[in-house]
Amino acid sequence: MIPEDRKYTREHEWVKVENGVAVVGITDYAQRELGDVVFVNLPAAGTRVKQFERFGEIESVKAVSDLYAPVSGEVIEVNPRLGSEPELVNRSPYEEGWMLRVRLEDPAELDNLLTAEEYRQHIGEG
Amino acid sequence: MAVSLKRTPLYQEHLSLGARMVPFAGWEMPLQYTGIIEEHHAVRREAGLFDISHMARIFVTGPAAFDLLQRTVTRDLSRVEIGQSAYALACNEEGGILDDLYVYHSGPEEYVVIGNAANRDRDFGWLAAQKRAGEPVEVIDRSDELGMVAFQGPKAPALLQSIVETDILSIPRHGCGYVDILGYRCFIGRTGYTGEDGFEVLVPVEGAVALWRRILNLDVRPCGLGARDTLRLEAALMLYGNDIDLTTNPYEAGLGWVVNLDKGPFIGRDVLAAIKARGASRRLVCFEMFERGDIARPGYPIYHDGREVGRVTSGGPSPTLGKNIGMGYVPVDLAVVGTRLDIKIRDRFGPAQVVRRPFYRSPSLGG
Repeated sequence: MIPEDRKYTREHEWVKVENGVAVVGITDYAQRELGDVVFVNLPAAGTRVKQFERFGEIESVKAVSDLYAPVSGEVIEVNPRLGSEPELVNRSPYEEGWMLRVRLEDPAELDNLLTAEEYRQHIGEG
Repeated sequence: MAVSLKRTPLYQEHLSLGARMVPFAGWEMPLQYTGIIEEHHAVRREAGLFDISHMARIFVTGPAAFDLLQRTVTRDLSRVEIGQSAYALACNEEGGILDDLYVYHSGPEEYVVIGNAANRDRDFGWLAAQKRAGEPVEVIDRSDELGMVAFQGPKAPALLQSIVETDILSIPRHGCGYVDILGYRCFIGRTGYTGEDGFEVLVPVEGAVALWRRILNLDVRPCGLGARDTLRLEAALMLYGNDIDLTTNPYEAGLGWVVNLDKGPFIGRDVLAAIKARGASRRLVCFEMFERGDIARPGYPIYHDGREVGRVTSGGPSPTLGKNIGMGYVPVDLAVVGTRLDIKIRDRFGPAQVVRRPFYRSPSLGG
């Protein structure tokens, strides 16, 4: 199930825009590929992230992977629960496992991202 | 490039259990079924079942079986009676480690040698090459005729006993023997690679699926290579190719106890004796990280006082300890518990300190 209410990067992040705020996380496909997530290294609130640039890293038992920002803007909030419960990324990648809230700078950037249908094809589930 | 991966007799079982399959040493093996951490805890707390049919299983039989192995491996097998087993190394003439092995004295004039999957052909060739002209001994690779499972965890022995008629609970740690299970003649050893009590079972290929299903029906969780790796790391057991290889010698790896220099001639003895006399210049140490977000991975450089002193050979999170742990070679003067190390994690440094080996000793093994 790939939610239709958001857009996706080729690197398996999702972004959902609510009232000018972009909520960012990784997809269910990504969490399955990673396996058990044990740590998520995220930027502090106030940091500026840039579209398609690295904003953090995610450690699973087996490997470490980079996280890429789907949009540019200032980080307003980091999911406070991920510090003690990184497994939320596995359990609820599209809801409770969200990572950042970013003040969206340029809504036109969303056009650079994949739709749910395009992402489905990208991961070969089309 | 098309790589054709080998499949164990339990391949279809893994698929129907929803395992995530990965290539490993030329085999298509289950990495995990539900999750590495869950599977890891199952083995530490209760029991878990692993398919290890990819391992090399080489039988050495005949009146000269003992002689051949005694002059090939580092361990003194004269002390290993029928029904016992020993961890051993095969070294080359330069003292480099060809493989780490389990040698089971399975019967009169018979030994079962278990080696790493990646070294199967080399192990077989090496053992076969040690046979002298006319010597009454045969070296046979039976890996394709046998399935192999590891049933590990504090509850594993009693659970296995519940499906075996003869007494197996009296088999001591490192003991072994032939037993009938589900009508198949199996060979079992009270050994493993998890740091827990348990058995490893060799079963004829045609009985592998039945045995696998029967054990899972005891409410046992299937476990993959992911948990096998985190479990063995906590127990500081060597992973060939990472922690030891042809470029490492037993003394620097902390495996001097596996080398019995006084047993008589064996391959590599002279060089190993010289290394022992000289003293190793580096040591494999266990370290733990201070920060939860710092996870050491194989290949990461190890620093001390601002200079690179070694590399991480194994590392990752320890589900049992709730810490991030690792191993790596450092100069002997730094191989002291409490020594501060800095692991270079991509673009930053993560502080670590040398700790005692192993990281974890299970109560099921008297730890």
